[in-house]
Amino acid sequence: MKTESKLQKLLDSGHFAVTAEIGPPKHASAHGIRHHAHMLKDYVDATNITDCQTAIVRLSSIASAVHILDCGLEPIVQMTCRDRNRIAIQSDLLGAYSLGVRNLLCLSGDHQKFGNEPSAKNVYDIDSIQLIYLMRRMRDEKLFFSGEPIKEHEPRFFIGAVANPFADPFEFRVARLEKKVEAGAEFIQTQCIFDMERFERFMEMVRERGIHERVHILAGVTPLKSWRAAKYLQTSVSGMIVPDDVVERLKKAEDPKREGIEICIEQIKHIRNIPGVHGVHIMAIAWEEVVPEIVERSGLFPRPKVE
Amino acid sequence: MIIAQQKPIKDIAAMIADCKKVLLVGCAGCVTVCLSGGEKETEVLASSLRIMRRLQGNPLETVTYTATRQCDPEYIEALENLVKDVDAVVSLACGVGVQYIAERFHDKWVVPAQNTMFVGGSTAHGVWEERCGLCGDCILHRTGGICPIIRCSKSILNGPCGGSQYGKCEISKDVDCAWQLIYDRMKVLGKLDKLLEIQPPKDWSKSRDGGPRKAIREDVMIG
Ligand code: SF4
Ligand code: SF4
Repeated sequence: MKTESKLQKLLDSGHFAVTAEIGPPKHASAHGIRHHAHMLKDYVDATNITDCQTAIVRLSSIASAVHILDCGLEPIVQMTCRDRNRIAIQSDLLGAYSLGVRNLLCLSGDHQKFGNEPSAKNVYDIDSIQLIYLMRRMRDEKLFFSGEPIKEHEPRFFIGAVANPFADPFEFRVARLEKKVEAGAEFIQTQCIFDMERFERFMEMVRERGIHERVHILAGVTPLKSWRAAKYLQTSVSGMIVPDDVVERLKKAEDPKREGIEICIEQIKHIRNIPGVHGVHIMAIAWEEVVPEIVERSGLFPRPKVE
Repeated sequence: MIIAQQKPIKDIAAMIADCKKVLLVGCAGCVTVCLSGGEKETEVLASSLRIMRRLQGNPLETVTYTATRQCDPEYIEALENLVKDVDAVVSLACGVGVQYIAERFHDKWVVPAQNTMFVGGSTAHGVWEERCGLCGDCILHRTGGICPIIRCSKSILNGPCGGSQYGKCEISKDVDCAWQLIYDRMKVLGKLDKLLEIQPPKDWSKSRDGGPRKAIREDVMIG
């Protein structure tokens, strides 16, 4: 199904896509979001707007998306299952669509234990796969989650999901990705990749099952600022694998920030040659300003234009 | 069974701070098995409260009783004579017991001595773990006999999420990932393909979300 998503047009016409991530602020001003949107707008095809990432209260992802649109950049609204029941999810997504949002990324969301409201009541009324399935049905069959018909103006999102090749059980990861595709995901963004070998094995299994022909896979990368950041991801974030040589390389570097950017560019160049990968998703957590340089030096600039 | 844990004694003491005489009621059901509200715990709590109050120079008189079950009206009846001259009743049962006593003796101050926690069982001596979330529509046949609603931190029905690593849940290295357990069990059963089916959203109206529930067995009703 064709949507009005520019990202979809680009991917469908065979371009290697570049997406990035903008984390909304912990306050009520859009100044920073707009600044980043202007900075990224010519370098990426769309940006994810995280939805209270790590369960920290932040400016709403839908409100942020409107600011991003206003700056001439295409947003991908993230929607977690943690904070809303099916009534709120549908209502928010109808609202997002009415405001011009065309890309949606469905995910379960980090547990509230990690955020600044650890005593919150979570929701998890539906899970991410159910969300993908229900949104796809809402668009293609014009049915609300309940099965009641949507009489007119169904939301026509380009629907995405996430995959983590580094979580366990590893053998089930590709099957779970396939399950998301079955449910209706049309593009996939992966967890940030540091362990290239494991990612290559993952993609091999993806190709064996022909999944790359049914969905657009965007590989996640993250430029690291220091060896401590690498160590933190290695030891304290579950579902991440950071090989020791990445940590070592940053430790030995004279200018670790430069080195972090170099590593990221090398990774992108490598990823571009992996069959079945259709783009990169750059998650420069609180370091958005390096994205243009990374895109440019990875040979991905200028971005193609689509009508 | 229901697992409960006694509240800190200072919290219990605070709830009856202005009482001179209280009745402590234990329960011989679940809370006896999980060692938090049986006869022994009731006696220990009574004497601790008395000692505490004596040290404060404000002695407390206690009466104790252990009901066969506090979640059955017939066993509450037996308290009739005991509640008459006390200022409050401290129930050591789960929340059901506290409510049953409060309902039966509606002009009496009744307080909970326990935090009613979950439905589970013991996994080792002195360790109890949650196993069921009382959802009203059991799906254990689809998940290898392991409950994702309560044992997965996000109640995912199509797991495992991206936070599952080394068999543990993203929330803590002390928590098993329910979906890893489900995967392992389904593998042993040769039923991994079952996990590829998309599980539909749950009907939570059969759970607490549909309002307070009632179970009726007309065949055993009297009158
Ligand atoms: S599926 Fe429902 S009834 Fe069955 S164990 Fe889990 S919470 Fe309990
Ligand atoms: S890690 Fe496992 S138990 Fe924890 S939330 Fe994810 S799927 Fe559920």
